[in-house]
Amino acid sequence: MKLRAVWKKERERDTSKMTESTDLQRPLLKFITCGSVDDGKSTLIGNILYNSKLLYKDQVEALKTESLNGSCDGELDYSLLLDGLLAEREQGITIDVAYRYFSTRKRSFIVADTPGHEEYTRNMAVGASYADLAIILIDASKGVLVQTRRHARICALMGIRHFVFAVNKMDLVGFNEDRFNTITEELAKLGNELSFQEYTAIPLSARAGDNVIVSSGRTPWYQGKALLEYLEDVDTSKDSSEKGFLMPIQRVCRPNQFFRGFQGQIESGSLQVGDELRVIPGGERARVKQICSGFNDISRAFSGMPVTVCLDREVDVSRGSVFAAGDDSDTVKAAREVLGTVLWTDDEQFSFSKDYLMKIGTAMISVRIKTLEYAVNVNTGEHVTAEVLSKNEIAVCRISFIDSVAVSEFRNHRALGEFILIDRVTNMTAACGVINAIDSAENHEYSSMEARRHMLRQKPGVFVFHSGKGAENRERQIKLAGDAERKLLGLGRLSYFCRNPDTKTFQNTVRALAESGIIVLAVADMPESILGWQEISPEQEESGIDAIVKFIVELTADENT
Amino acid sequence: MNDLTHLDKLEAEAIYIIREVAAECEKPVMLYSIGKDSSVLMHLALKAFYPEKPPFPFLHVDTTWKFREMIRFRDETAKKNGIQLLVYTNQDGVAKGINPFDHGAAYTDIMKTQALKQALVKYGFTAAFGGARRDEEKSRAKERIFSFRNRDNAWNPKNQRPEMWKLYNTRIEKGESIRVFPISNWTESDVWQYIKREKISIVPLYFADVRPVIERDGNLIMVDDDRLKLRPGEHVEYRRVRFRTLGCYPLTGAMESDAVTLDEIIRETGEARLSERSSRVIDHEAQGSMEKRKREGYF
Repeated sequence: MKLRAVWKKERERDTSKMTESTDLQRPLLKFITCGSVDDGKSTLIGNILYNSKLLYKDQVEALKTESLNGSCDGELDYSLLLDGLLAEREQGITIDVAYRYFSTRKRSFIVADTPGHEEYTRNMAVGASYADLAIILIDASKGVLVQTRRHARICALMGIRHFVFAVNKMDLVGFNEDRFNTITEELAKLGNELSFQEYTAIPLSARAGDNVIVSSGRTPWYQGKALLEYLEDVDTSKDSSEKGFLMPIQRVCRPNQFFRGFQGQIESGSLQVGDELRVIPGGERARVKQICSGFNDISRAFSGMPVTVCLDREVDVSRGSVFAAGDDSDTVKAAREVLGTVLWTDDEQFSFSKDYLMKIGTAMISVRIKTLEYAVNVNTGEHVTAEVLSKNEIAVCRISFIDSVAVSEFRNHRALGEFILIDRVTNMTAACGVINAIDSAENHEYSSMEARRHMLRQKPGVFVFHSGKGAENRERQIKLAGDAERKLLGLGRLSYFCRNPDTKTFQNTVRALAESGIIVLAVADMPESILGWQEISPEQEESGIDAIVKFIVELTADENT
Repeated sequence: MNDLTHLDKLEAEAIYIIREVAAECEKPVMLYSIGKDSSVLMHLALKAFYPEKPPFPFLHVDTTWKFREMIRFRDETAKKNGIQLLVYTNQDGVAKGINPFDHGAAYTDIMKTQALKQALVKYGFTAAFGGARRDEEKSRAKERIFSFRNRDNAWNPKNQRPEMWKLYNTRIEKGESIRVFPISNWTESDVWQYIKREKISIVPLYFADVRPVIERDGNLIMVDDDRLKLRPGEHVEYRRVRFRTLGCYPLTGAMESDAVTLDEIIRETGEARLSERSSRVIDHEAQGSMEKRKREGYF
């Protein structure tokens, strides 16, 4: 009980630090800790909080008392500070990320403390998506393990570019330099594989405190900084060295007829009054007339700031549009298809027959996963063929959008290169992912679809007459579909009644027909939906064949003709 | 240097969240408790939409037991900022004479939890902003920024949606609702620093002054009106006190303090040996009481 009280009250700092005038200028570092309890993760964080005097006095007293009860030599057991969380886990309340807050004289920190086991990969990814840097613990006596690779891979996927490998329990290997070097060589290979922007390895002992807060005399061969020093000094601002200005529009602000401003956060670059902007999609251009930040007008704004931007002329901009720099750099494009790496997060498996919503930047768009190229083994990085995709699995897939939307490769612009997929039916966040490539070949396919639509003067569509259970009903529906086909052809609409479809290939057949521009009619008893299909409802059947044909004609009208 | 400071980043994060909700959710509302966190939240909302006013109303669930100074401050603030303020009280509870002295935990349930649920249903709000912070309490440390409630307004900690980057999934079924906590990642100290930087006005009860108090069950309770009946042995004393959090006056402990400026409060917060919620009588009732109430729909 006492320990939980300790956990609850832990954080917040030393008085003198809070009152310094530099306080408002202090930069923020968000980091994640990965590793299991055996690696000494709780001990490490506990040690930092204790030794940098970030605890309340009564917490320290409780720690001392509890340590005396537990250990034979009276050494402080820092992991007790975090074990309140363990108790929570044992009660089965939740296995999830916990956020903790502390500051030192130089910097404020937010730590996402994440579960390390494979089954909670999804929750680890939540923590990683919020962090600028990852501390991954390694047991010096065990070296780089499968879980080290998994943690590093998930962190890299979610966009972390700065890694600190805390090679812990150096006291158990006699602070041996050769042992440490063997581990750093393995890390170098991993770093190559996952393209870390920056990584460092620190030999330390979380329990004894070597190289945690201050440099240790027991590792004279190590010239680098102690862990906390490193965290205080590390520069993660290089991450924001993305090229060019970028701002996804969150909303349009129209307090009156004289003011029309576009609100959003600048994700990259800077903006000055007078700059030329490009709207994506659309490509219209305009100049910046006014920039508001908070309650004031400003002349220049930069990455990370929430702003309201007014332009010098009327352009077509709404939520989901993106402002990019006026020059013709093309790292941000309007696209209809991308190649991405996704981490599946839903309990329900991925299904080709479902359509998903993608949220990317501030845009929400209906998408379809066209192919699973291959799956990536989360532990080894090995590529394997995949038919299904389940929770916590990673795969590379081709995703097409129903309309063009502003995207970027993740390595060029994070804000338009990261996305989530939402299950339309359950509303669950089904997956998160990043864009590897914007596929221009596939854009070609779409333009050919456009061409067919134009030639045929119709939009393709799939219309399903529900066969229900009885054979009699099925016969009736087949007649209805056949009649509809004839009438549509008579009206100049290229349509095809797909008779006797093989249930196994039904969806692919229907999809291929629809992609070729045809209006497809089918009688089926499908438990799952086909993308973009329309069901002919019992009410419509009641209203007769002419009403059904009218309905189909309206839905397949090509508005350009 | 183009680097945003710690407070700038927290502010940007909160404004981004508030705008996302306004853009995507059907009928949002901002809960307004009149406390310092609520004052910060309202300020952020004003900033987020300027020069427009926040495109949603503010809701105060009034238990009828708030400090009188809070109510005065609430009405002045709404008028000054030109925002739409809704005040809701569980009239059924009032009619039954539910009060914090005789009804204990039931009082909190009926006048706060039930009242909030009734208000959300009455107006059909689909998303409600709250000023909760993750550093306040351990179950909050684990709660997402967008926290989903089922048709009974209950939270299920075991089935939280993954929340990646700042791509918030705001989709819900009819009858479900979302609680949104834009200042989740702020600490108590951040809140005070921000109030100072932005010159946000707060209820004067946060500053030390000579006030009439009694000692009851180890807490200093302010005698705000004549509904507080003295028990045998209790007597009213005038002491220099202030409040670290504000709620219903019979349930909010004062602390002895000389802090009359923000700097003094910030210094005192740093020195504090107990976490801020320790002055709320309600939290001490039972281990895990906060999580239990949250599952039932408490904010």
